[in-house]
This record gives sequence, structure tokens and C-alpha cells, in this order.
Amino acid sequence: MITNNRLTGDQYAVNFADIHPPFETHDAALVEADRCLFCYDAPCMKMCPTSINIPKFIKQISTENIKGSATTIFSSNIFGAGCGKVCPVEKLCEGACVYNLMDEEAIPIAKLQRYATERAIHDKWPLFKRKPSTGKKVAIIGAGPAGLSCAHVLSREGIDVTIYEKESKGGGLMTYGIAAYKVTPEFCNDEVEYILSIGGIRVKYNRELGKNVSLEKLQSKYDAVYLGMGVGLTRTLAIKGEELEGVVDAIDFIYQLRDKGFSSVPVGDKVAVIGLGMTAIDAATQAKRLGASEVSIVYRRTHAEMPCTQHELDIALLDGCKINWLSAPKEILGKRGKVTGLVCSVMELGKPDASERRSPVETNETFTIEVDMVIKATGQIPFVDLVMQNGLENDKGKVRISDNGRTNLAKVFAGGDCVNGGKEVVDAVQAGKDGARGILEFLGIPASNVEPTYNASTVSPQKGNLPDIKLLRL
Amino acid sequence: MSLATNFLGIHSPNPYWLASAPPTDKKINVLRALEAGWGGIVWKTLGSQVKNVSSRYSAVNFNGTRVMGFNNIELISDRPLDINLKEIREVLKEFPDRAMIVSLMADNDRKSWHELIKKVEDTGAHGLELNFGCPHGMTERGMGAAVGQDPEIARMVVEWVMEAATIPVITKLTPNVHSVVPAGKAVVEAGTNALSLINTIQSVTGIDLDTFVPNPYVAGKSVFGGYCGPAVKPIALKFLATISQNPVTRKVPVSGIGGISTWKDAVEFMLLGSTSVQVCTAAMKHGFRIIEDLCDGMRNWMEEKGFETTTDFIGKSVPTLTQWEDLDINYHHIANINQDKCIHCGLCYIACEDASHQSIALEYGKPYNKYTIKEEECVGCNLCQLICPVTNCITMVEHRVAPEYLNWKDYQQLGLPLNDH
Repeated sequence: MITNNRLTGDQYAVNFADIHPPFETHDAALVEADRCLFCYDAPCMKMCPTSINIPKFIKQISTENIKGSATTIFSSNIFGAGCGKVCPVEKLCEGACVYNLMDEEAIPIAKLQRYATERAIHDKWPLFKRKPSTGKKVAIIGAGPAGLSCAHVLSREGIDVTIYEKESKGGGLMTYGIAAYKVTPEFCNDEVEYILSIGGIRVKYNRELGKNVSLEKLQSKYDAVYLGMGVGLTRTLAIKGEELEGVVDAIDFIYQLRDKGFSSVPVGDKVAVIGLGMTAIDAATQAKRLGASEVSIVYRRTHAEMPCTQHELDIALLDGCKINWLSAPKEILGKRGKVTGLVCSVMELGKPDASERRSPVETNETFTIEVDMVIKATGQIPFVDLVMQNGLENDKGKVRISDNGRTNLAKVFAGGDCVNGGKEVVDAVQAGKDGARGILEFLGIPASNVEPTYNASTVSPQKGNLPDIKLLRL
Repeated sequence: MSLATNFLGIHSPNPYWLASAPPTDKKINVLRALEAGWGGIVWKTLGSQVKNVSSRYSAVNFNGTRVMGFNNIELISDRPLDINLKEIREVLKEFPDRAMIVSLMADNDRKSWHELIKKVEDTGAHGLELNFGCPHGMTERGMGAAVGQDPEIARMVVEWVMEAATIPVITKLTPNVHSVVPAGKAVVEAGTNALSLINTIQSVTGIDLDTFVPNPYVAGKSVFGGYCGPAVKPIALKFLATISQNPVTRKVPVSGIGGISTWKDAVEFMLLGSTSVQVCTAAMKHGFRIIEDLCDGMRNWMEEKGFETTTDFIGKSVPTLTQWEDLDINYHHIANINQDKCIHCGLCYIACEDASHQSIALEYGKPYNKYTIKEEECVGCNLCQLICPVTNCITMVEHRVAPEYLNWKDYQQLGLPLNDH
């Protein structure tokens, strides 16, 4: 049976408490900061999509220059605090830490990053100063990571920014699409407030492109427009029974949970989650934490191909979720319009596909899981209609841009999930910076505040031997 | 195989003595030390009446390690002389097999020294150590380093001492001079039976960035203190080597002091000529229990090297310290990076690039760059090897320029060319 209010208030509080324990003391942070080798052209930094100067910010914690440390992080990534909670660091910075090559524990980069940035947010340090207004006006669609990152860079350069946000809160997927135990509602609110505290950024909430905002009008009213509206709901499974009551969309499920509060979100007793990306994990673990007695994750490939990190998988396993490897949904069974079971095909791996992962191929074998709820988490689809209606060049709904974020429309730039189809928060933050650089260039304003370009290394790959100082600054 | 030490007839079961300092200023500590296994102690300096202040210590931490260097403004023993003498007697009775040296600093006249020596010898102590090194508090009154810094005053005081002393006299030298040799020579000529060095080095360990007052803090002020601990070991070893090389000073045995924290440190002091070694800061930081590994480590090392007694290796490294102009210019070695061990941290690269001879090549990789040595550019300075965080990843491989020995003097005579880069 699908019902809300399965647990007591105290149980919800425990289940959805922040999963990231902070350093208890400054000394504890120092022990880890002092372990950092301060690598040159550091592998961790190269693996950060926003190129945060990680050795530098850790050294600054070591020297007790916490303000400097937070400034180093935020200069490259204004969502540095949130990224310290949601980034798949074992695939990025921490995964590249040279200590891994010594079979030693990697430096806890994310935890150190939270240490510096959370203090900045808590104490409301005004680390950035907006330049005097240039009189230029830019409109941004979406107050998510891409939009706010773009807005912050632009505001620092003296641009007056107006953001149109369809929800009543900012933060985008950070606020509405990630498990609450990773980024609590309070944290998301504080982070957005902190980003906006620079001034010069006005957010108009409950304004949605294509509904009560028109791109044409924005183009005429503003000097430039940045589209950072993200992606929409989960793609359909195209199997029998998908219309039954009890089949829900993971994005919508997490949205309800983040928007309405834990006790008001209905959850089944036995739940199947389809997919094994980050969203699938967030849906599965939160279904369990809302009180579902059994949660089964259905994934059509094997452990070797899974899109989530081992750390994420471990959270699901520790929460008691069950993983069905090499299983693909074939049919959803129902009675009187309600879900009663999920029939899965047993798969086997065939030849590698375009993503270089081996494609799963159906066998004749099937099995049935008895469930009363099915959560679909098989990847989000772009806002195809919106993109088409506005005449934006696109690739199956993903907005097409040139290097500096420009779309085919005059004055219109884009970035983040609406362009890449859905990647990590940290990728969207970088896309916001890239878009801001493109807009500044378009407006003829020197972009002195845009920290390293995407994946910039202090060493130029082409020149090999010579450090390219220019890359550091723009 | 034995660690037993004979220092001018003063016997101790091992070469480790606790230096004259707070750990040796009263019976309760000294008994605990001797129970723990220390070979001997140098009782904290007795002499003129003093009064101490609060606070007394400060330290230098480095990259997460506390007390890499230690500093004090404490004076000589501030307890009544009679109590100290009584306790020395009691300790001697309980541990007759351990070395009992008493540190002395009398007022600056012959009579005071003679009286003090008489009283101390009456306890049955085995030796005397003359404190010519204390760098604070006593110098202003013409004692401590004020004596040790002037070879002629030091000579005079040692002459007074030798008139009265009937047990071995060790003179402790101050490092707050450009060279310890002049004072060392003067006191050996005046008859001291042995030397010990170094005493502490004058220092300011740091300043409180909120109050702007250096530490240690005493009611809004501070003074120069005496610096010791691991940070001073290299300086101590250098001073010791000069004493071991000088034809006058090398005739007397030396008790080495200065930042000794491990058995390896102790072995190094002994290789440069120390018969016994004295420890203080390490014991102040960790307690007397460190004596176990100090002895155990030295014993295992001696066994590995085939040494039966400590005298088998005392002074063994002295002849290898030569003059720069006698070094072999034809010796050359070149760094080699073991690619299997390399963790791609880039520390060798940036050090060589910014501070040495641009001898490391960087091949870009994401995320890992590859670093290799440009052998023709490498001068063999060791910087990369010293900085590399992986043991034995960078090794220095010998590539002699020519087989024969050639020093700077020959080089000039032959008119050979200087570097052209």
C-alpha cells in the first residue's frame, strides 16, 4: 500500500539528518590539511570540472587563512560548499589524489572544502565585492547551479542580473533533486542566500519560461539572456503497465519530498527503483528512509558499468536496498489500476556500445518482484517542446551552443543540464562560468573575475613543458 | 655486546644521561628516570640563589608536528642548596651504578667556586659539569654564557675549579659564539677533564599575533630564551665536529648534547666523537619511557654493524668531514626517477624548475603528468630527492666525470674551464 506518514517525526529527523559529519575541531582539519603534499599541477585540481585550486585552499587551511581558503574555492566554484557534499569525489578530485598511488587514504578534499566554505556561509563572510554597475542588464532562466554561477560572475563584473525561476526557491536540482540527507533544506537555503548576498542579482520566483515569461521579450528587454533551465522529467520506460497508479517519476518523487516535507510524501511498502544513477540511489535510499520495508533496485548491466559511485552504492546497500544486477523492466503488473508487481528480464552483456559499455541483451529468462510502487530513474529528458518553440538549435532537445555558450539566437546563451542533458552540479557551475565569460565578451566587458576555464591545468597540454600563466587567469 | 659507558672512570650502563634541566632538578624525577633505565643524570645546576618566573617555556611547531624546537627562560635550580645535596646523596645510595654528575654555576669568584665544589663532592657525586652556557638570566650577573663566551674568563674559572676539584670536571660550552673552539681550547688548557656541548641557543620562538608579545609571555613582556630540541641538532653536530677535529680539544672526551630524540640521533653524535650523550627536550615531551627505544635501537644497530662496544664506533665519522677545497670535483651523480614508484605529485619538477637547474622534463597527462630527468642538465644537487615524498623513488646514480681524484686546488692549477651555463 502506498501511504504517507509511515514514521514519527523523530524517525524522519534521524533518517534525513545530514550524512556529512564535519571536522569536530580545527585541529582535526589541520591533521588532514597537513597531510596534503601540495602537489604541483595537481591531479586533483585537473579532475575538478571547475578547476578549484585544491592544493592552495588546503594549504590555506594549514596556515589558518580560512578566509583565503574559502575565497580560493568560491572563486572557482560559488557552489563550493554544496559541491563538497554532492560531488562524486571518488571519480573526481579524491579519486586522483596521489595518495591513492601510495595505497594510502586520499586527502578528504570534500570534507576540507566543506570546512572552509561552511564557515564562510555560517559567518556570512563578504568575500566578493561587486564592481560598480555597468548599466548592462542580463536575464537568466533558472536559479539552479548554472544560472546562479553565471549570475554571480556577472554581478561581480557590475552587471545587473535578473533571474526567472519557476519554483519558489533557488538552487535548482540542489534544492529539489538531491537526497535531503546529502544537502538539507536549510543548507540549500543558506547557500543560495550566501550567493545572492553579493547584490546585483534579483530573483523573480514562480516565473517559468514558456508560461509566464517569453524569451522574445527577454531578448528585447535585456542586453543578453542566459538559459539554465535544466532538464525535465524521466524518460518513459515504454513498457506495459506504466500508466498504473503507483508508477512514479524519481525526479518528481524527490521533488515532492524536498518541497512538501517528509511526512506528506506517499511511499509504497515494497518499492522497485529502475536505474542506478545518482538519482536512482537518491530515490531508493529516500524511499527506504521514508519507511518502505523493501526497496529493490533494478539495473540492466553489472557492477562494472554502474553510473553511480561505489560510495553511493554503499549508502544504498547500508540502507538495506537490494540490487538486481542484469535485470531490465519488462512489464508492470497491476490489479484494479494499482501496481502489484514488476516483471524483469534477465539480461546478459553483449558487445560494447557507443558509451564503450557492453550492451545488455535480453535472455529468455524473467522474474517477478512483488511491489506496490515503481520509481523510474532512467535519465531525464530535455524540455524538447520549449526548445523547439523558441527556435533554438538543438540535439534531441539539448540546446546546441558554441564554445563560449552562444546559441543560434541573438543575445542568447545557454549552459548546464539543458545543454549537456544532465551531468553533475559541478559541471553546471562551470557551464555558468563559461556562459558568463561568453556574455562578458559579447558585452565588451573584460572578464577579470572568471577563474580557470574548464579543466584548465597550470601546464598547457600542447606546450608540454612550459607553465601557461594565461590559462590561470582567464 | 654492551652499551656500557666509561667516561673518565664514570661508569654508566648506557651512554644516555639526562641533561641538566627541569627533569633532573629533584629526587622524585631523578628516581623515576633511573628506574626507567637512564644511564645517568646531570643534576640541574646548583649555585647562586635565584627566583624563577611564570611562564617559562615556548615552542616552535612545524606542519602539524609540535615542539620541533623548544625554548626556555628558566634559571638554574631555585631550590635551597641543602635540599639538593641531601637528595643527591639519597639517589646515589639507591642507584650506585648510574652516573651522577652535578652541574654547577657559582658566583664569579674563586672562593664561591671552591666552597660549592667541596659541598658537592661531599655527596659522593661522580663528576662535575660547569655551566658556562646558560644564555639568559645568569649572564646579566656575569655567569653562564657570559663566562663561556669569553675564552679568557672561562680559562680563569676552570683554573679555580681545578684547584679544588678531585673528581672529573666536564665544562659545558655555549653555542652563542661564532666558534666553540676558542673557549674549548682555553678550558682544556686550563685543565678541564672533558667537554660537553651544546647548551641552548638564544632565540625568539614566535610572537602572539593578537597581543604582539613574543613568547613565552610574562606579564606583557618576554625575553630571549634558550632554544633546543630537534631543530638544533644539526647546529650541535657541527659544533661537536669542530671540537673533535681540533688538535687541542680532541684530547678530552665529550658528552654530546643538542636535540637528541632518537637512537639514530645519539649514534650520529657518537660517530662525531661523543662518548656519552645528554637528552632533555625529548624526555620533556614524551617522558622517561623513551629510554627503552634509545637503548634498544642502538643495540640492534650495533649488532647489525658488528660493533661490540660503543668505543668501536665513537668518532668514526670525524675523518670524513673535510675542507671544501679537498672535495673531489670529478665525482658526479645524477637523479633518477623510478617511474613505477612515482606518484606524479610534481614536487620534484617545481623545485628543480623554480629553484635549481631546470633538469626535470614534464610530459603532460590528465590527471597524471610524467616526470623524467634531463640527465645532461642535472648537477646532482639532491633537491628533488630530498623533496620526493616516496622513499627510494628518486635515487642519485653515480656518473663520474673522470676516474681520477681532482680537487679545486688542482682544478685551478690546471686552468680547467668553469661552467658555461
